Parts: sequence; structure tokens; C-alpha cells
Amino acid sequence: MILEPGVPLRRAECYLQHLVTTESALRALFGGVLIGLAAAIALIANGRIAGISGTLGKALHADDDGGRPFRVAFLVGLIATGVVGAHLVPGAFGANVAGTAQLAIAGLLVGVGTTLGNGCTSGHGVCGISRGSKRSLVAVIVFMGTAMVTVAVRGAL
Amino acid sequence: MKPATAAFAGVLFAIGLIVSDMTSPGRIVGFLELSDPTLMFVMGGAIGVYAPFAWLARKRRSPLFARSFHLPRSNAIDLPLVAGAVIFGVGWGLSGLCPGPALVASGTGRLDTLIFVGAMIAGIAFCKLAKPRV
Repeated sequence: MILEPGVPLRRAECYLQHLVTTESALRALFGGVLIGLAAAIALIANGRIAGISGTLGKALHADDDGGRPFRVAFLVGLIATGVVGAHLVPGAFGANVAGTAQLAIAGLLVGVGTTLGNGCTSGHGVCGISRGSKRSLVAVIVFMGTAMVTVAVRGAL
Repeated sequence: MKPATAAFAGVLFAIGLIVSDMTSPGRIVGFLELSDPTLMFVMGGAIGVYAPFAWLARKRRSPLFARSFHLPRSNAIDLPLVAGAVIFGVGWGLSGLCPGPALVASGTGRLDTLIFVGAMIAGIAFCKLAKPRV
């Protein structure tokens, strides 16, 4: 990874912290396999899509489809693992790349956007694409493209 | 049995995100800058494993521990889908955080990550109140 002169420190730090190696690629693939298995369990055992935004949104909002026990249990497992993981492997939780005000705005946009568009990286990205949903494929292309443009614009400012 | 499998799925999902370093926003920003392909390995692994189960689910009448499948029925490529994806993309690009990694990383108790998650929940609540049953 080459650091060009004039790259803002924050971006340079990202490069330094996140080297891409064969080992990191294999870990990513293995992590992806675990995510796929987790989503498969949600589907085969419980008949549910393991999309995080939808699971969170419908757990918060009373929904009459009887899915609340699944959603609450799934989210408790997810967040509890985050708490345990933060203690066992703190190094796996890299620093945020934006200030507090920008994170607040970004969080709001992520909440509104995933609710309006009915899904995020997991629901549309993993589950939707695997199911061959054209709707999800369009969503993924649009949100990845928009995010790439956002990063480029932010870097140029 | 049903909540136990759901909790186990949540645990496994979070371990997958941590192992693949998706809980580091710098990785995501690196991908979006086209300098770090890690996210593609994660997506590839996840889709590769999930796709056969998605196919299997289509052959079955019901899941193992529930009466029926609850799968999205909409095929419409409409304005809410595209506008929502654009809004989500801007937030994702600004922060390097999407809902799964953000919830898992909230386990660190870091104030800035908790602010992101709080704002995300406020965004969800705003949408649900503005248009119930989204």
C-alpha cells in the first residue's frame, strides 16, 4: 500500500491500520462464511431474513407478524457478542473515521435510508442477492455507488 | 428452541463481522475508495454459503421451528427503494458504518459509536412515525 504525499492523515491512518494481506483476505472469507451460516440458520430454523436494519426496525416498531421473539433474541445475541468481543479482541474494533457531528448525521441517514429502502448491506446485500432479488441488486448497486461518490467527495473537500 | 436458534444466529453473525474486520470503519472506507477489497471477500463468503440455503428454503413448505416463511414479497423497483438506497449510501460513506457492524461495535461502549447508533434508531423511528408500516 503506497502512501502518496498530501493524503490527509486520517486516510493515511486507515491504510496503515488495515493492510490487505492473504491472511486478512482469508479471515474476511471465513467471516463471510460465518455470516452466511448465521443468515441460513435464521432462514431455515425461523423462516426469517437476517437483515439487520429490518430486524432492528421491526423489533422497535410493534409488528403483528409474530416475529418479535426472533428479532429480540437475534439482536441480543448480536449485541452481546459485540460486548464480549470488544473485551476479548479490542483491536478488531478500529477507530471511527468521522467526528461526532458527522457520525450523528450519518447515523440519521442510515436509519432513514435503510427504513425507506427496506434493507441494508445484510438484508439486500447478502440475503437479497443470494435469493436472486432484482430489487435487492438495484438497492446494492445504488447504495454502494452513492457511498463511493460520498467518500470521493469527502476526500476532495 | 426458536429463540435459542435466533440468538445463536445473532452470535454467529457478530463473530463473522468481527473476524472479517467489518467492525473497523476504515476497512469500509478503504473499500469505497477502491483501495481495500476486503468487503468483497466477506460478501462472497456470505452469499456463497447462504445462496444454497435460500434455494433449499424455496423447496420447503415451512422452516424447522416456525409455521411459515416470512420473506419479502415485493419485486417493485420504486422510488422509496432507490431514494432510501441513496440516503443510506451517503450515511454509509460518511461513517463507514452500516447497521450490523454499528450494533456490534456499540458493544465497545465508545461514545461516538453510541451516538451513531442512537441517531440511526432515531432515523428509523422517524420513518416509522412518518409512514407507519414501512
